Amino acid sequence: MSTHVEKDQVSGHETTGHEWDGIKELNTPLPSWWVYVFWATIVWSVGYWVVYPSWPTATSYLTGMFETTNRTQLHETMANVAAERAPYMERLAALDLDEIVNDSELLNFSMAGGKAVFAENCAPCHGTGGSGNPGFPSLQDDDWLWGGTLEAVNETVHVGVRWDANEDTRFNDMPAFGRDEILEREDINDVVQYVLAFTGRETDKAAANRGAGVFADNCASCHGEDAKGVQELGAPNLTDAIWLYGGDAATITETVNNSRGGVMPAWGGRLDEETIKMLTVYVHSLGGGQ
Amino acid sequence: MAMPHLQQPDPAHPLPQNDTLPEDDRDQPLYKTRDKVYPKRVSGYFRNLKWFALITLLAIYWIVPWLRWDRGASAPDQAVLIDMDMGRAYFFFIEIWPQEVYYITGLLILAAIGLFLATSLFGRIWCGYGCPQTVWTDLFMLVERHIQGDRNARMRLDKSPWTFEKIWKIGATHLSWLVIAAATGGAFVLYFNDAPKVIADIFTGHASLGVYVTIAFLTFSTYLLAGWAREQVCTYMCPWPRFQSAMLDDESMIVTYEGWRGEPRGPIKRKNLVRGEVPEVGHCIDCYACFNVCPTGIDIRDGLQMECIGCGLCIDACNEMMDKVGFPRDLVRFDSVQNSQLRAHGKATNIRILRPRTIFYSVILVLVASVMAFGLLNRTTLEVNVLRDRNPIFVTLSDGDVRNGYTLKVLNKEQAAKTYILQIEGLDASDFQVIGLTPNQDGTFSLDVAPDRVGSFRVFVAANPETLNSESTPFEFSVTDPEDNVRETYDTVFAGPK
Ligand code: SF4
Ligand code: SF4
Repeated sequence: MSTHVEKDQVSGHETTGHEWDGIKELNTPLPSWWVYVFWATIVWSVGYWVVYPSWPTATSYLTGMFETTNRTQLHETMANVAAERAPYMERLAALDLDEIVNDSELLNFSMAGGKAVFAENCAPCHGTGGSGNPGFPSLQDDDWLWGGTLEAVNETVHVGVRWDANEDTRFNDMPAFGRDEILEREDINDVVQYVLAFTGRETDKAAANRGAGVFADNCASCHGEDAKGVQELGAPNLTDAIWLYGGDAATITETVNNSRGGVMPAWGGRLDEETIKMLTVYVHSLGGGQ
Repeated sequence: MAMPHLQQPDPAHPLPQNDTLPEDDRDQPLYKTRDKVYPKRVSGYFRNLKWFALITLLAIYWIVPWLRWDRGASAPDQAVLIDMDMGRAYFFFIEIWPQEVYYITGLLILAAIGLFLATSLFGRIWCGYGCPQTVWTDLFMLVERHIQGDRNARMRLDKSPWTFEKIWKIGATHLSWLVIAAATGGAFVLYFNDAPKVIADIFTGHASLGVYVTIAFLTFSTYLLAGWAREQVCTYMCPWPRFQSAMLDDESMIVTYEGWRGEPRGPIKRKNLVRGEVPEVGHCIDCYACFNVCPTGIDIRDGLQMECIGCGLCIDACNEMMDKVGFPRDLVRFDSVQNSQLRAHGKATNIRILRPRTIFYSVILVLVASVMAFGLLNRTTLEVNVLRDRNPIFVTLSDGDVRNGYTLKVLNKEQAAKTYILQIEGLDASDFQVIGLTPNQDGTFSLDVAPDRVGSFRVFVAANPETLNSESTPFEFSVTDPEDNVRETYDTVFAGPK
């Protein structure tokens, strides 16, 4: 105990003897166990250094006792997730696509899983949610170059489009009618007007009529007599409202002149079968599945 | 009449005469070691109230998880249960989903306002009677007294050397405390798991790590707080005593010492009493009975103090003394400061329950309670949420129609499997489909949702742009439960080209 204890006259409380501008500080001592708790936390921190990775050393760092790092924890978490998914994955492997779509639990699982896989692998070209970009087809609409059934989508994902490394890849090759001088400039103008006429947008009726012959001789073999496209050949339907590169006269002229040839990687082998099934179900569920 | 008192409290008063600055203040104690409190056994009205509160509250705590409530096969039959895994809280007939957590917020608001109201009326009755810290400390003190004896015996035991008697008494006390603490921690997890099952799991070693860690933590904290820390929790850790004074006014009922008739205190001369003379001293016989029974170790005669938990045990103790010496009871009494002053001046006292403050708290209390009751009574068993696709806002189809995508969430809050009928209203749609489902004859869809679950559906709606008046056409999804004739709608829009 202090020898000179001053007491505050109003409260009867002891003061610390500190005074600022006439205001005196009352002494309200902390309970000593509070201080012990403070020391205990310091001791605890030492244990922490031992158990967890802590101090840096000249070349490395103290690794801690149980390899408890964020990385090992991540691996553990991922392993747990994989274990939780395992029963679904087994069923995905065993069932074919139609069966998966008819099982509401697997359907939801695949749509969720496929969504994540799509975002990681497909979205850079096809856009998030498969909304498409010029030259990269929208997967949400009902127009399919290579078919929109579960089987066709599954096949396209496996083999890719114009993907040289895969010998079964989806492949076609539209001639560059202008650049390779297969057609005269006037013929190309005529056939473009003819194509525009399918959707009622021609500006020159006479040219469009002349173009019919050009189309029958040069284009119909792939796009069909009725220009509705041939999915086996990957030839697009020219009579619908959907244009991969754009449907105005200038863009169509450019397409006829120079041809087009988009490329999609083959995912078979890069993604495992269950993942491709999820991806297929997801893409098929985006709205255009047939 | 001299009562034995072994420990003199340090009265803050009277004021010191010497008011000089210390020449050297390095001797000031900055830390205070705890003076162990040895509360003496007491009996009386307030002690009985406290026993009643103790038994009732502990019984509720330990019995409630065992109550059953039949909810059918699809939900647990425990009356009170918080199911973390499934995200459900059950309270008898009430079931709460995670998004309805506002009911819990409401409950907490009710608890807070209730506490304010009770405090403005009766001081710290929560602290003295209801707080788990008080209830468990009281229980631990009961055990302690049964094993080690009353105040004086305990003080003697603590001072005595380590004999066999001391070892077994102290050992038995701590062991009993640990058993109670473990039962406390053990009961807590029952509220979060199926009680009979988790009890079996705990003893066979099959319970989850979380269960064992929770029990261990609560066992340790109960033992520490009720066995060792006791009044230190109320004085130093708990925030409530810091701001409870904001709810008090002069008319709040609190535990007060009637200084006007107690002072000047002093031991009574027995002969004065025998002769029937009026003693020159006040009614306080300075026996320290009030101090000896106080669980927080304070002297109520120093006035209302932060440490006082309002338990009223000092009232019981003083009344016993007053009866013995023949002075009127209630020298320490449960009354308002105002009444105490009125009595000091010989005026009539009154207790006013209805004051602006208490009316204000009551009004809020009733308001919040009615809002909650209204919410609970009108709680729908069917809820529909619709998320509209935004990427892209719409899709053009090959025939020129535009299509919008929606994710439909149907919440079935009933304990029965449901088949809802989904249709769209207010839009001339050219196509309407739900992924994975085939439409009914009339173009609607039947949505199956399991009991007590959320059904999630991908819905596509297409329309001819010619039929749309604007780039955003409002319409609604309607979900009907044909059995119960319940219908929920969700307003959304259909986006198209300009
Ligand atoms: S002073 Fe009285 S009411 Fe306050 S805590 Fe002590 S015994 Fe209880
Ligand atoms: S207030 Fe009552 S119990 Fe306390 S010392 Fe005075 S007479 Fe004794």
